[in-house]
Amino acid sequence: MMIEAKNLWKRYGDNVVLEQINLQVAEREFITMVGTSGCGKSTFLKMLLGTESSSSGTLLLDGKPISTEPGPDRGIVFQQYSVFPHMTVLENVVAAKAFQRRGITGYLFGSAKAAARKEAGDILQQVGLSHALDRYPHELSGGMKQRLAIAQALLAKPRILLLDEPFGALDPGIRADMHDLILNLWRQYKLTVFMVTHDLKEGFYLGTRLWVFDKLRHDPQAPNAYGASITYDLSVGQMDASLYQEIDDSLRPIVTGQTVDGLEGTL
Amino acid sequence: MKRLVNLTPSPVISAMLSILPFVMILLVYVAASDVRLEANPNDKLLPSFTQIGDALQRMAFEPSKRTGEYLFWQDTASSLSRLGLGVLIAASLGLLIGIFTGALPLVNVGVSPLLTVVSLVPPLALLPILFIVFGLGELSKVMLVAIGITPVIARDIQRRAREIPAEQLVKAQTLGASTPQILIRVLLPQLLPKLIDAVRLSLGAGWLFLIAAEAIASTDGLGYRIFLVRRYMSMDVILPYVAWITLLAFFFDVALAWISRKLFPWHAQGGS
Repeated sequence: MMIEAKNLWKRYGDNVVLEQINLQVAEREFITMVGTSGCGKSTFLKMLLGTESSSSGTLLLDGKPISTEPGPDRGIVFQQYSVFPHMTVLENVVAAKAFQRRGITGYLFGSAKAAARKEAGDILQQVGLSHALDRYPHELSGGMKQRLAIAQALLAKPRILLLDEPFGALDPGIRADMHDLILNLWRQYKLTVFMVTHDLKEGFYLGTRLWVFDKLRHDPQAPNAYGASITYDLSVGQMDASLYQEIDDSLRPIVTGQTVDGLEGTL
Repeated sequence: MKRLVNLTPSPVISAMLSILPFVMILLVYVAASDVRLEANPNDKLLPSFTQIGDALQRMAFEPSKRTGEYLFWQDTASSLSRLGLGVLIAASLGLLIGIFTGALPLVNVGVSPLLTVVSLVPPLALLPILFIVFGLGELSKVMLVAIGITPVIARDIQRRAREIPAEQLVKAQTLGASTPQILIRVLLPQLLPKLIDAVRLSLGAGWLFLIAAEAIASTDGLGYRIFLVRRYMSMDVILPYVAWITLLAFFFDVALAWISRKLFPWHAQGGS
């Protein structure tokens, strides 16, 4: 198993975000994570990334505790701010190449620079940005920015690619293009992907495996007393319409007795 | 009739409106000067433009009888070299302190409280100490400018460094970047245009400290000169000097803005 979580908990003070997370993930799976906002799916992604650590339990990568700081084995694409605004498209990707070397400055010179530019050009071609090499990120559309962020992440040759609502801010048409792109890259680069999304359809379409984060226990008097865990762990393919509906309903904040009670609890 | 908040003047009217206050001040001055000189041709308070021109001619284009120097240019060169050196030191120190405290939590907890306290010390109150420690030479004046504006620049850069989205720093780490690489390639280039902005804002304070230091202990410089001729009520020298200082300040501001636009096009165009 590549990733393994054993009775993983995450608390902030009295506020329990995640509880009793137990899971195993094999290499080359494409895992999509859905859930209501504040359900801890992003927190779990950050634990994989290394910017958050667990309160108790273990999270293992290849059988060893996962590093508590970000590293080149785990690439990331955020919803925004993923690219460097002061570098052109080409420089953004060349910089990714330069960061892999030991140098102090992070700049490349001579033949190393030429090789990096060549490689950067190739990957930018692949994500469809070869017409925009000399543009700055603020001159790009949202979709182009995310293509650039993905190209950058891939050039570091990560084994795991983490995606934090990467297409959340894009138009539906652009999003479909991005889906094709990410599926192609996932196959070609033999990646293991974890993707947070708020779009259940997207989760089903992209993933080989879908996790739903939700609270199993709920105390209306103390809404933060219990954390979320993974309530559904589905191999995509075993979906049927009624299950889809059930999950979809659980993601939408419908005013039921329970949620109204929950609201009163917070007042 | 549109609401006042919605009225935007045309370019021609805009230009006229912006020139108008200058013209009015000039007219009021000329009229008042005429009235006073009419009553007393030896009046020194509001010299005529001819008198100012004569004084400027004497200061700028005739060698001084005592030293043989062209005082106006000598004063300008001395003041600018002090100001330039002081601002250069302040900008370099401010950038270093700001970037390290802004990016490295360990340095931050060690340095930030000190920086906060130091920035609260009124620099002019330190002037006597500077004179005692560094003597009355160039060094104490340069140091006053540097000490006066370093904390301002350092705190500004520190805040700007923290404003850079954490996502960028995380991203760089996932690409394999080390701490020095992040400082040099991610933070430094994004902070340089902010440094130019900070320098532009602190130049006003820089001039203040420079003139104060020159007024108290100096043998040349723009500030020295206007305080010297004050004894003789030589408004015909003071006024063009003040105008010249203002012009220099304006020129530096425009030049820095231009440099920032040329060097950092992504910043000028709103690429944060």
